[in-house]
Amino acid sequence: MEYKNTDEKLQTVKSSPDVVSHLVPNKEDCRTCENKSCQYVCPAGVYEWTDWDDRMLVKFENCLECGACRVACDKQSLVWKYPKAGYGITYKQG
Amino acid sequence: MTANKTDVIIVGAGVAGVAAGITLARAGKQVVIVERGSYAGAKNMFGGAIYDYPTKDIYPEFKEKAPIERVNKTHRYMITDDETAVTVSYNNEKSQTSYTVIRAKWDKWCVERAVELGAYYSPMTVVRELIVNDGKVVGIKTDEEEFFADIVILADGVNSTLAKQIGLRENLKDSEIAVGVKEVISLPKEIIEERFNLTDGSGCVTEIVGAPMKGITGLGFIYTNKNSVSIGLGVNIDELKKHKLTPNDLLNQLKEHPSIAPLIKGGELLEYSAHLIPEGGFNSIPKLYGDGVMVVGDAAMLVDNVHWEGTNIAMMSGMLAAQTAIEALEKNDFSAKMLSLYEKKFKETSFYKDMKTYKDVVKIVHDNSYSFLSFYPQKINEFFEMFTESGYIPKKSLYKRFIKNFVKKRNIKGLIKDVINFAKLFIGVLK
Repeated sequence: MEYKNTDEKLQTVKSSPDVVSHLVPNKEDCRTCENKSCQYVCPAGVYEWTDWDDRMLVKFENCLECGACRVACDKQSLVWKYPKAGYGITYKQG
Repeated sequence: MTANKTDVIIVGAGVAGVAAGITLARAGKQVVIVERGSYAGAKNMFGGAIYDYPTKDIYPEFKEKAPIERVNKTHRYMITDDETAVTVSYNNEKSQTSYTVIRAKWDKWCVERAVELGAYYSPMTVVRELIVNDGKVVGIKTDEEEFFADIVILADGVNSTLAKQIGLRENLKDSEIAVGVKEVISLPKEIIEERFNLTDGSGCVTEIVGAPMKGITGLGFIYTNKNSVSIGLGVNIDELKKHKLTPNDLLNQLKEHPSIAPLIKGGELLEYSAHLIPEGGFNSIPKLYGDGVMVVGDAAMLVDNVHWEGTNIAMMSGMLAAQTAIEALEKNDFSAKMLSLYEKKFKETSFYKDMKTYKDVVKIVHDNSYSFLSFYPQKINEFFEMFTESGYIPKKSLYKRFIKNFVKKRNIKGLIKDVINFAKLFIGVLK
């Protein structure tokens, strides 16, 4: 089976997502952010700008906890935390 | 030891943290290693390889007992264009320097050794902040509790929110950090050994420069494990932003390259993973200590990005921080002045000296990414295409055409600039 998109590949990662997000973008900053580069740099496709809702959709349950979004955030206003103990990813092949 | 006070707390059970923990346990000190994953290695990912030194100084029995995948006896350097590749391969069957491991197994094995020697290990513990009293680090705050120690060693990885909290690190710069993505692809042992031309148990490390990361500061890699192949790449975050590229798309393109696809053909994806890589090198190393605190490994940006070494530097820094902690405990002095000895010791290591040697390399490559990472890889491939071609056109005309194209694409001014930059690289390294 050949996996191409991140959603397919993420099926191979053991994960127990929390019910609340550990990633909280600043709504106002996202709205005025020109590049919204979190959408590109994230290896798990967590961020998706939704025009109709005028906000950044955060699929935190897909997060690989790498921190690329935190580094890339132009406004440096993303609240980025590790998931609570017992939640998040568990790599077996890292 | 009172209920919640110990000699040393280490935040993070990666290669740096556990090297520190085992060194302290061996010296009979009370040490607590906290790890946010459900086991050591659960949150970790690397290329990757560990190295003979300083591993054998920390785990003397590792070659016989540790979960090693393969001993890397072949090193390949691939310069890729869109459809072609020039590969240099070095093989030394006697080499015992570099080993592929899988972090979930390796880190777990290492922490078990530390526990055997008396370290206290606490997985599934997320440290939210450091407890600071009068500018001195005196403990950690987890989601549930507070713990105190004479010294806290920060081995909390590249994102080190704790080093940032106490001002040892600034916000990470997107030009100094790469995002690494990797796929571990399952293949039978015999097929791996056939495809990579390996003897039983030996491994191959491949580094890839050029397509699909043409003109982008980034490198691809392939490592062989026992029954799987790890393929991935690391790309600077500022480059992904600039070119609006996702790391996963680049990885898919790398896997489809005609010279790479046959190596992983028919394999099944075991796991996809991602992790940041500190790429800032020497110029990004922060101050390594403060009152009651030392920083080690990726948390201190200790990666030699020219030789792709990180785990060895991490272990070394962990070991030296622990040795300093032992002296500090004996003198009952946990001041920044006392702990500065760690930085002094680290500056005497070959690892620090190597990082210094290469301090400008990545910046020069990054500033000249078009010529170094696109134009020349392409021209090297075109040269071999011309050299191996057979037809009715005289070779002399082919040579002339090649040179004409070369100068047309990169004018004399550009070529002179490249020569100067190449010279700068060499002078920078050798001076």
